[in-house]
Amino acid sequence: MSFLTVRDLSHSYRGARRMWGRAPDLPVLQSLSFDLAAGERVGIVGMSGSGKSTLLRCLMAMGRPQSGEIRCNGRLVVMGRPASLRWYRRVVQYVPQDPVASLEPRMTVAQLVAEPLRRLRIDCDPQSRAQEALESVGLGSQYLSRRPDELSGGQAQRVAIARAIAMRPAFLMTDEPVSGLDMTVRAQVVQVLRDLSQTHGTGIVMVAHDISVVAALCSRTMVMEHGRIVEDRPTSEILKAPHHPHTRQLLEAAPPLVAAA
Amino acid sequence: MICYTISRLRPIMVSTLSAYAALSVQELHVSLSGAAILDGISLELMPGERLALLGESGSGKSMTALAALGLLPSYAQVAGKVAVNGHDVTHEPALSRPGPARPAMVMQDTLAALNPLATIGYQLIQPLRRNGLGRVAARVGACDLIERVGLRDPEQILSRCSPQLSGGQRQRICIAMALACKAPVIIADEPTSALDVITQAQILRLLRDVTTAPGGPALLFITHDLHAAAHLCDDALIIDGGRVVEAAPMQRIVTAPQHAHTRRLIDSAARCGIACERLYA
Repeated sequence: MSFLTVRDLSHSYRGARRMWGRAPDLPVLQSLSFDLAAGERVGIVGMSGSGKSTLLRCLMAMGRPQSGEIRCNGRLVVMGRPASLRWYRRVVQYVPQDPVASLEPRMTVAQLVAEPLRRLRIDCDPQSRAQEALESVGLGSQYLSRRPDELSGGQAQRVAIARAIAMRPAFLMTDEPVSGLDMTVRAQVVQVLRDLSQTHGTGIVMVAHDISVVAALCSRTMVMEHGRIVEDRPTSEILKAPHHPHTRQLLEAAPPLVAAA
Repeated sequence: MICYTISRLRPIMVSTLSAYAALSVQELHVSLSGAAILDGISLELMPGERLALLGESGSGKSMTALAALGLLPSYAQVAGKVAVNGHDVTHEPALSRPGPARPAMVMQDTLAALNPLATIGYQLIQPLRRNGLGRVAARVGACDLIERVGLRDPEQILSRCSPQLSGGQRQRICIAMALACKAPVIIADEPTSALDVITQAQILRLLRDVTTAPGGPALLFITHDLHAAAHLCDDALIIDGGRVVEAAPMQRIVTAPQHAHTRRLIDSAARCGIACERLYA
């Protein structure tokens, strides 16, 4: 049985206002249906404006789709009050694109990682669980008392990952987790995510415009164009023989990939 | 004083070439509040050359760019020499420099680089008017520049403001503004990091085209993206801790890195899925 089931998901944004008549709707997601199996590593790639981040917001129940439904282990996921989504947040966690902006500047790293454990009423000692999560992303006890402005971009991204994995979620939704990081730090973050998946069986959804990172980490790739999934196959097959012209275009613009050899 | 020329990559006397160089940086030391940020950076960029400045975050790439642009903080302690187009501008802030000694800048964050409340036309026509063109000629020149950077319908683009354009369109406008300034050198600091891969490839091709054109500016390309650097530049400097640790043709950097730090960069790229050995296949 699949962990997450998405059926006929559609969403549109209101276009620019017109002098007369109703503003047109701009479709962003067009009737998407797919399943995510537990422990799967899935990459979602596409150009800017293809609907990747909107899809991720719907998957995180941070936006309400206009039609369609998302079920997690058979239970309907609906955007609503935080308390009504507590069960979902315990199993699916989110790593944002801009970690520095997502970390409260007045809190220490230890407080930042322990906070969601308290909010979601996880039955554990928040401080020791936070320390454990930070160690698993390679941040030792010397970082516990630091604040976000004392961290580099890569360290802040690892704190954001630690905050998400402290809950021991079944799935991690990451929105461009390595864009903006330099190559050395990018390799560290990819390694952290790979270790997490291999040791704890955590599933990962990675939204990226850079297909090389997806090829390095994900076993399945979805390619999005104009709000539709135009190709959804194992990454190795997509790299060797892309079917859709848009996938070919993305691969031509990408650097030569290790996984494609 | 010994430094590497980028064109030949062999040690020569800098003083013989710097008079002709679009950008010459010699033994540049910069420290902020007592902390050394740059520790003896030297580079030469001749007109029409493209040089990649590669390194990790915090290695001093952007600080080198700020020194070349004259945008270092007022409390920065600077030693060494920065010359643009033959003018010694080491201690000259950007606005005190003569026009021919002002490099143009293309930034990563195009929304921050362009004024959101002024039309693209106003922002693009200003540098052309400053170069002595009349009102009508400047507007025609702005339309030409917009077409040159690969955008259609220039009149409509001129009437829009920056938030009404896509990221790729905004970056093209920034490059058009750099060309409008007739700057001897364009400094591009991560110009493609915020763009998707297809738009990245288009912007890299555009930067290559405008610098290859006769009389085109030189390009200092600051990045941590090996693929983009290999696509655009013939030569590269690797910076670590404010020092140049390796200076070599881009192909040699990628296929036969010499310094341990360069090898680490190449290894990291491989762990992120990039097959460096096939960048030049």
